[in-house]
Amino acid sequence: MTTLSGAFFGVIRRDLSIAMRHRGDLLNPLFFFLIVVTLVPLSISPEPARLAAMAPGMIWISALLATLLALDNLFQDDFTDGSLVQLMLSPQPLWLLVLAKIIAHWLVTGLPVVLFSPLLGLMLSLPEEGFAPLLLGLVLGTAVFSLLGAVGAALTVALHKGSVLLSLLVMPLYVPVLIFGTSAVQRAVDGMSYGGVMAMLAAASAFSLLVAPFAAAGALKVGING
Amino acid sequence: MWQWFHKLGSPRWFYQISGKFLPWLALASMVLIVTGVVWGLAFAPEDARQGNSFRIIYIHVPASFLALAGYYVMAAAGAVGMIWKMKLADMVMVAAAPLGAALTFIALFTGAVWGKPTWGTYWIWDARITSMLVLLFLYIGIIALSRSFSTRETSTRACAILALVGTVNIPIIYKSVDWWYTLHQPATIKLTGAPSMHPDMFKPLLVMILGFYCFYALVLLLNTRTEILLREGRATWVKELAQPK
Amino acid sequence: MSSQSLLEFQALTFERDDWPLFNGLSGTINAGEILQITGPNGCGKTTLLHILATIQPFNKGSLCWLGSDISLCRQQYLSAIAFIGHKPGLKLSLTPRENLQWLAQLQPLTRCTSAEALVRIGLAGFEDVPCHTLSAGQLRRAALATLCMTQASLWLLDEPLTALDVQGIADLEALLLAHVEQGGAVVLSSHQTLINPLVRTLALDAMAEAEL
Repeated sequence: MTTLSGAFFGVIRRDLSIAMRHRGDLLNPLFFFLIVVTLVPLSISPEPARLAAMAPGMIWISALLATLLALDNLFQDDFTDGSLVQLMLSPQPLWLLVLAKIIAHWLVTGLPVVLFSPLLGLMLSLPEEGFAPLLLGLVLGTAVFSLLGAVGAALTVALHKGSVLLSLLVMPLYVPVLIFGTSAVQRAVDGMSYGGVMAMLAAASAFSLLVAPFAAAGALKVGING
Repeated sequence: MWQWFHKLGSPRWFYQISGKFLPWLALASMVLIVTGVVWGLAFAPEDARQGNSFRIIYIHVPASFLALAGYYVMAAAGAVGMIWKMKLADMVMVAAAPLGAALTFIALFTGAVWGKPTWGTYWIWDARITSMLVLLFLYIGIIALSRSFSTRETSTRACAILALVGTVNIPIIYKSVDWWYTLHQPATIKLTGAPSMHPDMFKPLLVMILGFYCFYALVLLLNTRTEILLREGRATWVKELAQPK
Repeated sequence: MSSQSLLEFQALTFERDDWPLFNGLSGTINAGEILQITGPNGCGKTTLLHILATIQPFNKGSLCWLGSDISLCRQQYLSAIAFIGHKPGLKLSLTPRENLQWLAQLQPLTRCTSAEALVRIGLAGFEDVPCHTLSAGQLRRAALATLCMTQASLWLLDEPLTALDVQGIADLEALLLAHVEQGGAVVLSSHQTLINPLVRTLALDAMAEAEL
């Protein structure tokens, strides 16, 4: 018989196996992340001081856009080949399976972004006080981006060019996270304590973790009949 | 009482009843708006600091009120349609979206026009204006969503979900942008505080707000009636309406 | 053969874009029978199957499994059905064996191992090649392999004969007959009529108001 944990880890394992077979695609969001950040000094100014001022925002925006770019893959392929229906017809709770998919997706898109962010911080002359809040903030922030983005991805799963609409739908949800994330880094750089801001980010992550799987499961039931 | 509620759900009944209200609503909104505009633009006293440029608030403030109130009307209609499966509520929701978007745009535009002579800039990223911009995005998102799906049922449900999510999101965005803005901008001019107004300036504003509410109701009813005709086009009563008399 | 009523739908009404596809459709599916849904393209065969599989919500009416409303026993119902739609439901980058193993985590597929199922369905030797290298017919067979493994009593199949060759059709018919002989039930939609005394048909017209 199927078990809760069997289904949960089975979905994660399956999605990771599929991602590994398309290893080339894995790098796309990462390259996007790197390219955007590389273009910044070229288009604005290579002065370290100016770069440092923009670094928190630029890195966060690139992370956000890279996540948005990859969000399409969350449910789209499963919808096209019919396996999404099989997922939804499982007696195991749908929110659990959706959470498994989001986790697998984050491991493949959000985590690389987080791991590469110190390198980008270096390239944009981010002062060293900013690295810790940048890393921690991005871990929490990319998690929220994936979780909340999943709701939008679920609603637009049946649409052909859903990605543009998806960006429009989830952008208002991302704004507070972006504000808190960049503020945390900025405060650290300015020598102030950033614990309070980080707590807000953590609260946003906790809230998203609790709400997003259920909301995405509900959205899937609506979106699949689009 | 529930009987009335269920009757309210009948698009045909709504169409007939709203038809009776329409002329009065049109008259009321026209009278109020014309009065308000003439009073505010011509007869209200000049502002001490801003001179005559403040007069645009007679359009800007009612538009902003209704842009936000209209969003909650839309979200409430979506919720009613989703919970009680009332088709009429879904139609009201779809009808309210373009109306709210237009009002938000007017609010942003008049705000920019007001901003230039008053603070020297067309745009400023404070909490209120930024939240209004995000509100515009939310409206546009709902309009886009309502047109994307191939089946109407899916698009209505998706729009209702998005509208409800936005209801929670708007205050959060307002608060977070407010916090961020106060960090970065030493507010030389208190933009978010409503200046205390002289009653002679306030009364025409009240008239305008009332007039805008009536106008909003009027346009919402008109849009909903159009939506009803569109959706119930195959019903006999609609075909009868279309017959030349 | 027992005629225990498994699935019952009453007064089903479904509208798409305010155009009624079904209006007051009722019927029962009993153990030991095959119900074939026929009708022209666009009359709602796939929609009806989706409604029975609870993927598509309906406007009015009720759906009951073993006497209780579906909304009350959703988990049991989902454990008791096997659905195969138009699209095979397999990940193309995985092999048939991997696909079946993954599906076994989601649904109770314990009647035989994936290896046995793949042999029974005629894919011996193709267990470990990626699904994107298989032909359409082989892909369909791989999807149908879940039927060999499933414990479900009610099978909902949407155009299962698509892309199958003559041997494949014969194999599938044998599979369906074996299933209903053991007390299961099958609802399928197809353009090709299965000739068999156990098969009842439900014909959907342009505006179905059928009573079974």
